[in-house]
Amino acid sequence: MSPLDAPVKRGGAGDGLPVLGAALSRLDGVAKLEGSARFALDQPVEGLAHAVLARASIAAGRLLRIDTAAAEAAPGVLAVLTPQNTAPLAAASSWTGAAPARPHYRPLDAAIRHHGQQVAAVVAETLEQAAEAARLLVMHYEKAPAITGLDDPCAGDGTPIDMLSKSWGDAAAALEKAPVRLTLEYRTPREFNMPIEPHGLIAQWEGDELTLWEPSQWLDGMARTYAEWFGLRFDQVRIISPYIGGGFGSKALALPHGAIAALAARQLGRPVKLALTRSQTFTGLGGRPATRQVLELGATAGGRLLAIRQRGWNETSMDAVSVEPLGSVTGLMYALPHFDSRQNVVPVHTVQPGAKRAPGENPSAFGLESAIDELAHEVGQDPLALRLLNYAEHDHSSGKPWSTRKLREALAAGAVAFGWDRRDPTPRSMRDGHQLIGWGMAAGTYPVRRTAGEALVGILADGSVEVASSTADMGTGAHTILAQTAAEALGLPIGRVRVLLGDSRLPRAPVTGGSQMAGLMTGAVHKAALAAREALIELALSDPRSPLRGSGANTLRLEGGLLVAPDGAACDIPSVLQATGRARVEALRDTLAENRLKPEDHYRNFTTVSTMRAPTDGDYSMHSWCAHFVEVAVDEALQTIRLRRVVSAFDSGRLYNPKLAASQWKGGIIMGIGQALLEEGLVDHRHARLMNDNLGDYLLPTNADIPEIEVIDVGEPDPHASALGGKAVGELGIVGVAPAIANALFHATGKRLRSLPLTAHRLAEAG
Amino acid sequence: MMDFSYMRPASLEAAGAGLASGGTLLGGGTGLLDLARLGIAQPQAVIDLTRLPGLDRIEVTGTEARIGALIKMSRLAAHPAMRAALPAVGQSLLASASPQIRNMATIGGNLLQRTRCAYFRDASFGSCNRRNPGSGCAAIGGVTRGHALLGTSAHCIATHPGDLAVALVALDAVVETWSPDGPRALSIHDFFLAPGATPEKEFALASGDIVTGLRIPLAPAAQRARYVKLRDRASYEFAAASIAAGLSLTDDGRVADIRIALGGVATIPWRARAVEAALRGQRPTPAAIAAAAALAMREAEPQHDNRHKLALVPALIERTLTEMIGDAA
Repeated sequence: MSPLDAPVKRGGAGDGLPVLGAALSRLDGVAKLEGSARFALDQPVEGLAHAVLARASIAAGRLLRIDTAAAEAAPGVLAVLTPQNTAPLAAASSWTGAAPARPHYRPLDAAIRHHGQQVAAVVAETLEQAAEAARLLVMHYEKAPAITGLDDPCAGDGTPIDMLSKSWGDAAAALEKAPVRLTLEYRTPREFNMPIEPHGLIAQWEGDELTLWEPSQWLDGMARTYAEWFGLRFDQVRIISPYIGGGFGSKALALPHGAIAALAARQLGRPVKLALTRSQTFTGLGGRPATRQVLELGATAGGRLLAIRQRGWNETSMDAVSVEPLGSVTGLMYALPHFDSRQNVVPVHTVQPGAKRAPGENPSAFGLESAIDELAHEVGQDPLALRLLNYAEHDHSSGKPWSTRKLREALAAGAVAFGWDRRDPTPRSMRDGHQLIGWGMAAGTYPVRRTAGEALVGILADGSVEVASSTADMGTGAHTILAQTAAEALGLPIGRVRVLLGDSRLPRAPVTGGSQMAGLMTGAVHKAALAAREALIELALSDPRSPLRGSGANTLRLEGGLLVAPDGAACDIPSVLQATGRARVEALRDTLAENRLKPEDHYRNFTTVSTMRAPTDGDYSMHSWCAHFVEVAVDEALQTIRLRRVVSAFDSGRLYNPKLAASQWKGGIIMGIGQALLEEGLVDHRHARLMNDNLGDYLLPTNADIPEIEVIDVGEPDPHASALGGKAVGELGIVGVAPAIANALFHATGKRLRSLPLTAHRLAEAG
Repeated sequence: MMDFSYMRPASLEAAGAGLASGGTLLGGGTGLLDLARLGIAQPQAVIDLTRLPGLDRIEVTGTEARIGALIKMSRLAAHPAMRAALPAVGQSLLASASPQIRNMATIGGNLLQRTRCAYFRDASFGSCNRRNPGSGCAAIGGVTRGHALLGTSAHCIATHPGDLAVALVALDAVVETWSPDGPRALSIHDFFLAPGATPEKEFALASGDIVTGLRIPLAPAAQRARYVKLRDRASYEFAAASIAAGLSLTDDGRVADIRIALGGVATIPWRARAVEAALRGQRPTPAAIAAAAALAMREAEPQHDNRHKLALVPALIERTLTEMIGDAA
């Protein structure tokens, strides 16, 4: 029996310094500022060949053939991969673990399902040679009619997704009798994840071992997919993702370009690097699909909600079902006796949509929180008062109590900081020179999702500590909060802790998505750190060579790097480890049991999302909450909308690092401002193709678009949500921003825009 | 690999010889490199002008400003004498592009900037009369929010993307060129060519001409001119509409000189002569300004997605003139 397994009970929980909860800067910040942080595509790999994708210039039909002779003859060209000369891969099971519908997967496919679909790859000695040769390919197509979007008459009503149907009470009857009834339609456009770090990878084969340097929000899930595609064992694939330069949900899954790079590398027997261009980032992967939802609200004359009926549609690609659940928050926010929600997905000729920050909750809240504002106006109530009137004291959807819900506190704190009581409720009543001023607010929420995690904590002979896990740091601060967690548990200064992440050979972690990473990985690291501490203390007490062996104590404290006996005898960590001949003491722990899983669920837990627990799995309904208050200035004549200030209050439970949490909230708000005012994929419906596939024309906000943002923390530790009391942070901030701005725009102008983005020309056209 | 030869001439004569043998001129590269990456520009021989002597001077005399073609946008924008003499120039430059681009791009290259029409910039569209004369215009009937309403033809509706060029048109600038036949001076009003039936001809330059600089006369209306740019994004976006406006009043409060040029809405930087004529010699009362401003879009031919600019442009003119008169009072 090793000391790791010894059932010792040592050490007090009160050891250590108040490191967790400190507002530390990111440990990786300096390296990123200096440019010394080496991202996946920066890795120096010997003998690299470079691949460039060629894309379809039609949106629907068939690629008959590609003339490759000129490209193959171009200088430096090593290979041209086409549907004609590339054998299919085995199809992989889905991210949910569902078995594939077809046996084969063709990352280069002659069947064209969207404009910009990758149809060939040119591999050459240099990137420039590959790019130039790719221009020499001549494609021959058989064109078919394309369905261009939700409004295409050929799109139809789509397919119902029964899993998303939700109802209680009798919404139809309640709406029939409701004294106040509103029917409102809201829309959001195609929105794209546009991280600054490109999507791409370096793929290298050594025999049957595949190594991929690729930014990844989910190393284990992506490694499983590659393994299934290429018929390898899971442990034959290694993914290394040192940092992520932005993902927002788009770097969690293996994508066609990854398969193509690995195919090319295998064919050539050389490592191959492939990075999507900015334009290809709009066609190589999808973002948030376009959505449409119709909300019917029934209320009393005083504004008490009686019923909501919702019908939603989101577009998906021709060959896959991607769901953007528009009912995510509709039944959750308010006391609602009757509810009915259904959703369809509508296949159109577009790239398969993906996940973009708060998929579901985000457009869902745009509809609901706009509609609540419309109801407030209709019944002559203050929008904040109306929300408090309809405050849900428990979750009407699941019938369960909230674990914690500080939404009332968020509404109150935000309102006070913003000065909401000084708002004149009449639209067009507030002015500043030529500017109409509007004050709007909206609430938001994001669920607490939970999956088990695994972490290794080692205490080293030099007295330092190593934390290792395959979890990803998206730039959100995982390195930092996990170091804080270990330092806290071991009573050491944070400078003694080194955190290793982003390598699929490290202990397993589930997807860094659904805003679950901080809660689950701090729990795993905390557990492993306590176990390592126990092991160290056990070693110090039981090993005959230990300097503390003779102390006669049956327990020790670990304080500031010293093991201290009750009588005051003390010895530092290096002395104990050296005396006992140990290089390190370590503990690997997982949280499978806490998540009601068995060891045999290990692989499935980390490589699919099938074990992810719903926020209502358990005795409580668990969510983070927020309230946004915004001021807009509208110059109607000059068709200009600018944000003047944002005040937002958040309940994310316990904050492991308030500075990093505030950064995440603010980042979400900024992304929400872009979504509200600027972002929109513009489709030329004659050709079913995107016309603004670059960052000059697909507008993201600049610093000049972002006003002062004040964020307020109203949360308290939630013991049900996670081991250490935190709730969701990362995706919460964006939820509710767009409706808050739409509501402010209505207050400013008296005009209601129900389609994002809320552009000035839409306002002008609204009359 | 796109192979091309590269030369860095030390004299205009050497540059002219390179141009005569089919070369493409390179300034800061922000335009040419961008278009080459898109496959729109495919230069065989690149003639880097940036080391030519004598084209990097800014001089402001009592009567005019002289600006060398190789001056960087950022340097001209920051030049104290220019800022004092002709504020609209710096304002237009600072509203352009990004600091990184302004640090690279030259004034000469900026004048020769190509359109941002997405159908022009994507070679997979076979139809573009600007790229392939006679092939048609893919933009008409497409996504046209940013396309022109003024100066269009059945052959092209691409918007001129410039900011500085709009200011120069209001300021009656003169473009100086060099060719083997000698130097030439060209009014800015003749420099930009509306598409008509030949959209591929964008500038009134002969094949051997090299832009060497600009002259801007210091008229009172020019010295008080200002540049205002409207757009959805507060920075780093091409204009939804922009205006360069200059105004001087007589002692009795009548309009002595007025210059109004528009950007973002026309195929070339657009001088709004009808608006000017309606106000010249008049008292600029609110009613007179509104009536004159309404003339700006009289000839406009909107596309499906840009009708909102019919109201936007007169409002911008009215607001800008009203503020200028208010500031002058």
